[in-house]
Amino acid sequence: MRVSLFITCYNDTLFPETGKAVVRLLERLGHTVEFRKEQTCCGQMHWNTGYLKEAIPIIRHFVNVYRDAETIVAPSSSCVSMMRDHYMKAAELAQDAKLAADVESLLPRVYEFTEFLVKKLGVEDVGATFPHKVTYHTSCHSQRSLHLGDIPIRLLKQVRSLELLPLENPQECCGFGGTFSIKNPDVSSAMLADKVRTVLNTGAEVCTAVDNSCLMHIYGSLHRQRTFVRTAHIAEILASTAGAQEDGK
Amino acid sequence: MKEQAHSPWSNRSFPEAAKDLLADSQIRRNVRHATNIIQAKRNRVVGELPDWEQLRVSGAAIRAHALAHLDHYLAQFEDNCTRAGGHVHWARDAAEANRIILELIQRHSAKEVIKIKTMTSEEIGLNRNLEANGIHPHETDLAELIIQLGHDKPSHFVVPALHKNRQQVREIFQREMHLPDLGEQPEDLASAARTYLREKYLRIKVAVSGANFLVAENGAVCIVESEGNGRMCLTLPDVLISLVGIEKVVPRYRDLEVFLQTLPRSATGERMNPYNSIWTGVHAGDGPKEFHVVLLDNGRSPILADGEARQTLQCIRCGACLNACPVYHQTGGHAYESVYPGPIGAILTPQLHQMKDARSLPYASSLCGACYEVCPVKINIPEVLIHLRGKVVQQDQKTLAGKLGLWNIGMQAAAFLFEDSTRLSLAQHLGQIGQKVVVSKNGFIEHLPLMLSGWTQTRDLRPLPAQSFRDWWAQREKAKPGAASSSSPQPSNATEKPHAE
Repeated sequence: MRVSLFITCYNDTLFPETGKAVVRLLERLGHTVEFRKEQTCCGQMHWNTGYLKEAIPIIRHFVNVYRDAETIVAPSSSCVSMMRDHYMKAAELAQDAKLAADVESLLPRVYEFTEFLVKKLGVEDVGATFPHKVTYHTSCHSQRSLHLGDIPIRLLKQVRSLELLPLENPQECCGFGGTFSIKNPDVSSAMLADKVRTVLNTGAEVCTAVDNSCLMHIYGSLHRQRTFVRTAHIAEILASTAGAQEDGK
Repeated sequence: MKEQAHSPWSNRSFPEAAKDLLADSQIRRNVRHATNIIQAKRNRVVGELPDWEQLRVSGAAIRAHALAHLDHYLAQFEDNCTRAGGHVHWARDAAEANRIILELIQRHSAKEVIKIKTMTSEEIGLNRNLEANGIHPHETDLAELIIQLGHDKPSHFVVPALHKNRQQVREIFQREMHLPDLGEQPEDLASAARTYLREKYLRIKVAVSGANFLVAENGAVCIVESEGNGRMCLTLPDVLISLVGIEKVVPRYRDLEVFLQTLPRSATGERMNPYNSIWTGVHAGDGPKEFHVVLLDNGRSPILADGEARQTLQCIRCGACLNACPVYHQTGGHAYESVYPGPIGAILTPQLHQMKDARSLPYASSLCGACYEVCPVKINIPEVLIHLRGKVVQQDQKTLAGKLGLWNIGMQAAAFLFEDSTRLSLAQHLGQIGQKVVVSKNGFIEHLPLMLSGWTQTRDLRPLPAQSFRDWWAQREKAKPGAASSSSPQPSNATEKPHAE
């Protein structure tokens, strides 16, 4: 299958290892990956912060870049939920019927990375090996918007040598919320403290998730406290093989 | 008569107020304990209903229909209530509602009234207004009594004293009821409250209530409660005045079938409320001799006119969104500085204030969606929060200070970058170089300037890696002789290579 990767703006800028892992894994599974260099951002930060009219050109840009793509995969549930939950609203707000039609045609071709593996490709065992104790953080958008359910867990359970440790209160937000963590730093920190406490309680060496946004937040505290517990996007775990662990670690 | 203006509790923003509450370990402990218990009960009794999702859909549809035809159903309610011997009054705002209620009480020369827990009376500041006019209101709901005697403010609209624990309640009762020897068991406290209140039910002739629902087709009013104190207020006095928001009407009596299932399960985790009072007008020899309904607008009509935000008015005040909210868990209700706290308060309060006050509340959410998930009438609170954030941004952009503010400049700049990938790429390169001034010796960013400083007060930030993904991809493509796009599996060539600047 020809897969068009939407890396997302913060993975592109801050977490290139995640993108490399997605490429490595999809190619290992025999698929063709393309990267359209015109891509930028899904518009989520602007939209969620209330800069609605500023988000519209960004959304329009995304739609134009991927108009003819066969399948679009993004390693971020929050970006995919931005598209599914808000793109039609944005088209309505812009009073742009053509944009609405484009969005309608595009959305069924957009997948979150783990959703793509399990729902579209029907793969659960991707042949990965990851000899570490891992706990999985259920990001808000993955559970409440995309309804991924146990898809990421099913993928992790097939990884050789991986010990999966359950996280307490998995449904509770880590407190990131994009600009929420900047506008409400104290409340966000208190939420993060609770989340990090549960991560540490598991005894895991690595905390994973389908969103690097949550992981950036959680790792921010894990590093500040010098816990030496690290975070890794699920793609980096699934791309790891017995010979090659994730890069840069 | 003296009047109190309708105003928010203070001009503090949510982040400012939250700071104080986060530091109050007693409140946080009480809030966490109480919300955990209610939520567990709620999840248990919701989980046992196979048709819960259908009940949510029905509830949302009934409420949305009623709101779409509110003028019709309110007029129908007025006709039917009047026919049954009730009196219907229309109050445009808090001042009008206060004036109507005060006049009704004064007409009966009452110096005291008993009250059933009602958020609308908190909304219009009724108690303050009555006291300013020499009338003493007695709260009879146990939690509201604790709040009133403790000179406190409610922090939850189903469990107003949720932030108080039993010891604190005992201290308030000991002091205010003059009971130095009061025990600390729940029965001791309940018994003290009962003795204190019974005398008032028997003596005071005028009661003020809210309502959970108004039924258009027969003019009925419905109140559900757990204690029976409400039932006393609804049946013993000669005069009953019910202050009700205009949005509370449902078309048919049978519509209550849905809400009498979803409301108690969502609110208190009970299968049904112990006391369900539904009455129509007045009946000789049975209940109050005189019954008034005061229909309150007070900022609701403009919400009704906003197609995106109208769903806010579907709320049946169950409080499930508060109990589910991770922000509310941390701060409790007082941080919202508003009669209606929590996620629903974050969308309702600023709208009731025509977006003139409480403008930080739409941002008091991480948009995690837990509120929407539990809402028994499917109010998409995150969607409305974003809609209201859009209004706040629009308002700010109309002022020079807002236009030149850091947030606006930052967001405009980011939008400029995201409209074109060459701009984004250039910004990435500049960031990789420019970040050196903020990266600490240990290779992490530990202090960010200005509005970003809150982030690094508790979190380290990984700096931008030397190579963005797009540059890695370009490099990989270049390394492939003659290949336009990658299709062959790559060996692990993914090792970090510093980007040549």
